[in-house]
Amino acid sequence: MVSLTNTISFPIDFRKDIDEEIVKKDKEPVFVTCKTCKRRSLKKDWKDNYYVCPNCGKYSTISAYYRLSLILDPRSFKELNANMKASDPMEFPEYKEKLQKQKKETGLEEAAVTATGKIGGHKVTVIVLDSRFFMGSMSTIVGEKVTRAVEYATKKKTPLIIFSASGGARMQEGIYSLMQMAKTAAAVEEFNASGGLYISYLTHPTTGGVTASFASLGDITLAEPGALIGFAGPRVIEQTIHKKLPKGFQRSEYLESHGFVDKIVPRSEMRETLLKLIELHQA
Amino acid sequence: MIEMILRKVEKLDAQIAELENETAEVTNDLVKAVGHSSEVLEETEDEYASWKEHNKEISKLKSMREYFLSECRNLAPDERVFLARHAMRPHVDDFIDGLFTDFFEQKGDHLFDEDKSIYGGIARFHGIPVTVIGHRKGHTIEENMEYNFGMPCPEGYRKALRLMNQAEKFKRPIITFIDTPGAYPGMEAEEHGQGEAIAVNLAKMSQFHVPVISVITGEGNSGGALAIGVANRVLMLENAVYSILSPEGFASILWKDSERRKEACELMKLTALDLREAGVCDEVVKEPLGGAQRDYSAVMRNLDVALWKHLSELKQMSPAKVKNDRQMKYRKIG
Ligand SMILES: [Zn+2]
Repeated sequence: MVSLTNTISFPIDFRKDIDEEIVKKDKEPVFVTCKTCKRRSLKKDWKDNYYVCPNCGKYSTISAYYRLSLILDPRSFKELNANMKASDPMEFPEYKEKLQKQKKETGLEEAAVTATGKIGGHKVTVIVLDSRFFMGSMSTIVGEKVTRAVEYATKKKTPLIIFSASGGARMQEGIYSLMQMAKTAAAVEEFNASGGLYISYLTHPTTGGVTASFASLGDITLAEPGALIGFAGPRVIEQTIHKKLPKGFQRSEYLESHGFVDKIVPRSEMRETLLKLIELHQA
Repeated sequence: MIEMILRKVEKLDAQIAELENETAEVTNDLVKAVGHSSEVLEETEDEYASWKEHNKEISKLKSMREYFLSECRNLAPDERVFLARHAMRPHVDDFIDGLFTDFFEQKGDHLFDEDKSIYGGIARFHGIPVTVIGHRKGHTIEENMEYNFGMPCPEGYRKALRLMNQAEKFKRPIITFIDTPGAYPGMEAEEHGQGEAIAVNLAKMSQFHVPVISVITGEGNSGGALAIGVANRVLMLENAVYSILSPEGFASILWKDSERRKEACELMKLTALDLREAGVCDEVVKEPLGGAQRDYSAVMRNLDVALWKHLSELKQMSPAKVKNDRQMKYRKIG
């Protein structure tokens, strides 16, 4: 079932690593202006700071491959099911065109990148959702790639690390999107039953069906600072309760204080935290 | 369209009932008069004439009603959504009354709260103890408010899980009734882990060794529906709908315009027949023409037959097979 495809070598092309939504590129490409604090810094400083604003600390979106490059041992990366292409199960109007556009803009086939590799010499299975592709929404192929990677981790007895980022359901795939929640949750529960370690790492934003399935089922739940994490979106909640939500509601820090996150881990400590946890789970 | 038809049909219902009442009285009088003197019979002659008129009128109204109801044979998706949300549609309490005996309600998640939008307990189905759980909406506005319109908080899902875990322990089949606009999008619901509660239900339901049958009875929206719907068999009432979210929400997310709900209904493939085709629904259960609210007992009869058929099949399987059967149902989607 699971096919291993060609290894790509790091470093990969970082040009798409800064989300245009969050960071406006300056006319002078050496500089980057932060969309939050509006201050300019050298692009090099952003890069050295893992694309966290050197001035205000705001996390910018990074690509799935770049994130993998930050945590995996050099040359250990092997992508799983890299050639699985997005599908259109409901033949939804204009969906194919939108998918094409997203593919072109991100260079991705779908919102999930699944891989195997090593962290400090320990073999791991890693799933990264890339929010630049359709907001990381749950499509049938995202669900299928996640399920296959979890099944791979179960079979190969490797720790499982999932970086979630999702706007929720893929509207254009309707009920098929909903069913992925049941499918992925079942795969994770089978992995749990087999005794494997699952580290769920929540990044901005993790909402909807992904929150209500695999993202919430980790043995250890970590979160990136300032990430929006929840089931219902803030706008829907505000429309329902007819009130403004308090500042910081549904952010990582809020979830930590309400008992749903083990630890907030900055990008700079991501790899060493994962390594420490993996080693703590070695017999 | 369906709204107009139902209004006409309901008006006819009332007219027919009134006339039938009147003729019943006259019939009594006439029956009494039979065998009496010709004098008395003469007196009733006028009455007899009007009795005949009445009966003619009744059959005329009935054929009109038939005609209008026949318009309900091919409903558009948004008309089914209307019926799925009809206030007088049978709800979980009606199904429990109509299909089970010896119901014993179990309240609370035994952790923090009692969420009335989920109703459940132990009952007998054809004599067999089962665990039965459903979303509870209520028929009146007061009931709607009390049950939060069938939108559960995490406590509701955790109550459902508590009941299901017991079903697994005592080897009772689980039957769930799904009818919800979705999980409640409130502040406290988020703070108490709405996502976590749903996720855990999905994960645990995948592991049960007892048969799980879910019936979508009204509207099944989003993870809030699925959280009690990971089943070996998913049955849907003919006019029930099942989707990723409400057509209004769908239109507002996709087109920033909730007014385009009719168009959303067409595209979403949310009807029982669509979902039967998609392999999500295993059997469509017939409703009376014009919707389930028109004849509860007909709905109960049809559902009873379907539930018993599927439960009997699942009871033939080994516990491991039952678990695998359920996992495979979802594994093969996508
Ligand atoms: Zn900044």
